Amino acid sequence: MTEGDGMATVELLFSALPEHVRTARLVAAAVARRAGVDEAVLDELRLAVGEACSRAVGLHLSHGVAAPVRVVLIEDEKKFSIEVGDDAPRPAPVGAASGAARPGSAQDEGGDGEDDMGLAVISGLVDDVEVTADETGGLIRMSWPTTPGAMAS
Amino acid sequence: MDLSLSTETVGDRTVVRVGGEIDVYTAPKLREQLVELVNDGSYHLVVDMEGVDFLDSTGLGVLVGGLKRVRAHEGSLRLVCNQERILKIFRITGLTKVFPIHTSVEDAVQATD
Repeated sequence: MTEGDGMATVELLFSALPEHVRTARLVAAAVARRAGVDEAVLDELRLAVGEACSRAVGLHLSHGVAAPVRVVLIEDEKKFSIEVGDDAPRPAPVGAASGAARPGSAQDEGGDGEDDMGLAVISGLVDDVEVTADETGGLIRMSWPTTPGAMAS
Repeated sequence: MDLSLSTETVGDRTVVRVGGEIDVYTAPKLREQLVELVNDGSYHLVVDMEGVDFLDSTGLGVLVGGLKRVRAHEGSLRLVCNQERILKIFRITGLTKVFPIHTSVEDAVQATD
């Protein structure tokens, strides 16, 4: 194990079950704290990771994807990044085709577009966020600045 | 940390005290509780969030679902919350305009609009 130039990472794989999302939140917050992310934003980070993981779990369940949800925590020199990846295939982008299955149409009773709300929360909380998806799955990448020297004290 | 729920009737209002974490795993329990109350004829709900440590969009969805249900019976759903980190989530999602949010259960129980 060498520390120095390389980025320190922690990877977490978990079966797409709602009960594991809390574990992912706790691990992410613990690693972020260690990396020097400001205490004041840890609450927001915890929430954002939870939203991203909940969304991935929901996508795996609704698409019948057996693979686990991936969370990668990356400690860089000046920032702390979190990537949450899912393997739920997205349909190739189509035009404004009417009559096609609407995204999120499989809402349960009282579903109320929770998926959209999850993304809304993430984009409201995190300044640096990137959401991508293609036919092989999706990725949410978020990052927060770290406080230099926080680790040393 | 799991979710804790208890209910109490105050006049024509039903107060639901929620404690712990409301997330993708625990939110269904809150949904069940709200559905049960409405099915039993409680249309004026006060959800006390003071004991809530964590709330995510799944929880917000359940609260919005509860609001839709009580409104179908011309009822109301009021929230009690003073915690900044929870209030922030309502603000980000614009739901402060949807839910009346009170600082105390007493205030929420007496409120009429």
